[in-house]
Amino acid sequence: MEFNENFILGCSAIGAGLAVIAGIGPGVGQGIAAGYGASAVGRNPGAKGAITSTMLLGQAVAETTGLYGLLIAFLLLFVKPLLP
Amino acid sequence: MGQGILLSGGDNIDFMIHGVFSYKFFGQEVWITTSHICLLIVVLVLLLFFIIGGSVFRKAKTIPTGFQNVVEMVVELLDGIVGSTMGEKGKGFRNYIGVIFIFILFSNISGLLGLRPPTADYGVTLPLGLLTFTLVQINKLRFNSIPSIWVDLCSPLPPWLPIWAPINVIGEVAVPISLSLRLFANVLSGTVMMALVYGLLQLFAMVWPAALHVYFDIFSGAIQTYVFCMLTMTYISNAMGGDE
Repeated sequence: MEFNENFILGCSAIGAGLAVIAGIGPGVGQGIAAGYGASAVGRNPGAKGAITSTMLLGQAVAETTGLYGLLIAFLLLFVKPLLP
Repeated sequence: MGQGILLSGGDNIDFMIHGVFSYKFFGQEVWITTSHICLLIVVLVLLLFFIIGGSVFRKAKTIPTGFQNVVEMVVELLDGIVGSTMGEKGKGFRNYIGVIFIFILFSNISGLLGLRPPTADYGVTLPLGLLTFTLVQINKLRFNSIPSIWVDLCSPLPPWLPIWAPINVIGEVAVPISLSLRLFANVLSGTVMMALVYGLLQLFAMVWPAALHVYFDIFSGAIQTYVFCMLTMTYISNAMGGDE
């Protein structure tokens, strides 16, 4: 079955949109990390620096899965691997 | 690009890597791209910094002044990071981690100066990940005996039943890929976002993109640099700490 170029591009755009849904996960995860960080600072304000750097490190690692989704979206939109 | 994918003003958006000139290499056509040139600029700036720093330290004073202050601060900061993560046994890695930290940091914030950050090219970040992978494997061989590595490889199951070994090998191979993709995707997303702001909102992009630059180039770049070096150090000290 043959599809024309515009159909494939449109489907790629839909796929890119779906791929970016991966951003939900890191959003939830980073929010949880920030919440626990805030409560930890509330309990022990003296350790604010260490808590903040640990929190940022964990958040940056948690962000990765969302960025994989973003990467797939970029590939679909700009590299267009599905075009013949 | 074009094709109306990025709304109407698609012609102004520019974040791709461009070829500058091509040459023949063993019959293959090879391109010198903008990433090469940005990388060269970053490396030259760092080289200048290192040469000036070295010449300052050749006649160093006990009470530091001017540039000596800056260099001492940078070196102390990097030594502190490596020392607090790897401890005493990681002393030999201060040079490597320090160089890689300064290089990635300068690459990430070179977006501020209008360059396309070299780390937004997968050809730059993959070698960095592979260097980490090589260091991890070499240190595993240096500090552990072969039988203990084999036991580690089959770890949840006993060593005479290596069914789980392929999964662990995949886990080892995933390290450089995830390290390099994390850095690459972060810097690339910042670059794309800035290109979208400047390309689509040309008329309105007056002063406020500076705030976005602070976030995407400085904050995100510094965090990702820290994360890359932190994970590299963690992996290496995990590989080293088998016998203790």
